[in-house]
Order: sequence, then structure tokens, then C-alpha cells
Amino acid sequence: MSDVAVQHGVAAGVYEPSLFGTYSKKIGMWLFLLSDSLTFGALLFAYSYGRISTPNWPTPFHSESIRNATLMTAFLLTSSLTMVLAVRAAVFGNAKAQRWWLLATMACGTAFVILHGREWSKLIAEGLTLPMFPAVPGHEAAAEYKNVAQNVPQFPATFFGLTGMHMLHVTLGVVYLGIVALRKKFIPVLLGLWLVAWLATPAYSPFHYGAHVLLLSAVVAGIVLWLRPKVYDSADVEVAGLYWHFVDLVWMFIFPLVYLMSTRIIRG
Amino acid sequence: MNDATQFALEQGVAEQHRHHGKAQFFWVWGALLVMTGFEVYLGYQNMEPVRMLSILMGLSLLKAGLIIAYFMHMKFEISRMKWLTMSSLLVCLSLMCIFFPDAFRILSLGPK
Repeated sequence: MSDVAVQHGVAAGVYEPSLFGTYSKKIGMWLFLLSDSLTFGALLFAYSYGRISTPNWPTPFHSESIRNATLMTAFLLTSSLTMVLAVRAAVFGNAKAQRWWLLATMACGTAFVILHGREWSKLIAEGLTLPMFPAVPGHEAAAEYKNVAQNVPQFPATFFGLTGMHMLHVTLGVVYLGIVALRKKFIPVLLGLWLVAWLATPAYSPFHYGAHVLLLSAVVAGIVLWLRPKVYDSADVEVAGLYWHFVDLVWMFIFPLVYLMSTRIIRG
Repeated sequence: MNDATQFALEQGVAEQHRHHGKAQFFWVWGALLVMTGFEVYLGYQNMEPVRMLSILMGLSLLKAGLIIAYFMHMKFEISRMKWLTMSSLLVCLSLMCIFFPDAFRILSLGPK
């Protein structure tokens, strides 16, 4: 009886239309992204505050760092293109193309994380570090970076805080896309990546412990897929795309503010 | 909202996608890469920091606008969605600027 009533209601159009003219999953993701942009906004403002209030703010990034960061930016921008093509393929119902574009997006995201990880490791080894990071054995810290870490501790604190938060978002984004593209087949891949990342990084590296994010992601993804197994549709791919583009968007502010405004080249 | 309404909305979004081709995404991607290249070029110039910051932040806002409008499809949403999300975000982020005068004040503190 109730089914009949519901069918009648749909036909008559008595249900209230969406306030925002789109489906609820997408509105939910937009609300999350708005709140997350305040997190990144606060970190970027903290960095800028530190910079304004510190007269001897360091400019430690040489050409090599700028080249590396530029390449990372190119990877992120390309990943946004492949992501939007994945959404388009999903809308057209082309499952094979959708999967390949999602995998291409993940590859670009992974390249970004690896390049960023190398940059971090190099800076830490040269002395631009935080007190919580263990010292790198058998590596002499460069006087320039050592002075920065000692005299202006706000710089490494805000630099590692801001870029670390972004790196975490990119890593979780790659996991998210992996789940959408491969579903439960991605769990063993994720566990393999965790083992490689954990065993391949030395014990003093922050990434040795950071790799456990992948293990935690595998557990959470496993629970989600077990509780609600489903084939992800075009709306799910579009919502995942919103998250991915947001991560790209945030980097568009971090790159000039943190890297280009702190280059050794500017000051001569 | 019931499943039928949800389904109808998803179909509407899918229809929007069908109406814009791949080419515009490549144009936006190209524009973003060119602007990034210009930013890096500026980084190698001996420019006065405040002037450089203004140009870099202007370009970043332009890039963010392109990403939101085209890649995140905000351009194709209804105006209520556009205004409510973007204006609330801008107001909240602008409120954070209240701390900046304090950062300048710190510079003039201490024994004279």
C-alpha cells in the first residue's frame, strides 16, 4: 500500500526539489571542502603571519628546489586534467576509460608525493628540520639550514606543517581514487605499498612512520567496502574528483607563497 | 530527498557533462601550465617582494577560479549553489585577515 502511495507521489512531483539543484553526495563533499579550505586557510595565514612578523625570514630554496616544486606542480595540474577526463568517461558510461584515467590520476599523485618526499628528506638531511625529527646519522648539516632551524624555528614549523598537511591530503586522495577505481582489489595493493614504504625508508626518516597512514587507510577502506560493497557510479567519481581538484587548488597557493617567495634567487 | 529525485538530479548533471567537450578541459589545463610557468619566471626576477607577492597571489586566485569553475564544474551549478558556497568561503577566509595588523605591530614592539 505504501509503495503505491510513494509511486503516486513521484508521478505527481510532490517531493521537495533539492535546494542547491544537485544531489546530496555532491553537496556533502562541497561542505567538507569548505571546512577543509578553512584548515588550509588557517595554515597559510599562520605562515604569512610568521613571515610578516619575522624580519630575518629565511629564503632557503635554491634553483634545484624550485625545479622540483615546478615539476610537482605540473604533475598535480596534469592529474586534474586526467581526473576531469575520468569523470567525463564515467558520465558517458565508459568504464574502461574511467578506470584508466583514474589510474593515470593516481600515478600523477604518487609522483607528486614521491618528489615531495625526496625534497623533505634532502632538507632534513641538510639540517632544515624540526626537533621532533631524528637526526640523520653520518650526514653533516649545512650551516645555512642549521642556522635557519635554530634562529627562525617558525620557518621549519610552518613549512613542514603546511606541506605535510597537503602531502597527507594527496596521499589520502590517491587512496580514495584507488578505492573508486579498483574497489576491494585495491586493498592488497595498498598493503603492498605500505610494506614497501615502511621497509624501504630508514628508521630515522619521518616517512618510516608516516607510511602507517597507508596501513590505516587500508583498514578503514576495508571496513567501508565490507559494510557497503557497491559499484561506484558517475556521481561517486565526480564527488571523488571534487576532492582531488581541491587538493590541486590548495597547492596553487602553497607553491608561490612558500617556494617562490622564499627563493635564494630573489634576494640575489 | 528520495531515490527518484536523486536519480533525476544525477541525470541532469550527466546531461550537463555531455554538452561540454574535452577541448575546454585541455585549454584550461594549458592556461594553468602557462600561468605556472610565468610564476616561476617571476621567481627568477629580482623583483620587489610586495609587488611580486601581489602578482603571484593574483595569478593564484585566477588559477583557483579556473579550477573551481571548470574542473570542479561550479560554472554549471545553479546560482544559489555558486553564491552560497563561494561567498561563505570568502567571508570566512577574509575574517582571518584580522590577525595581520598584529603581525605588523610585533615588528615595532620591544625596547627602543
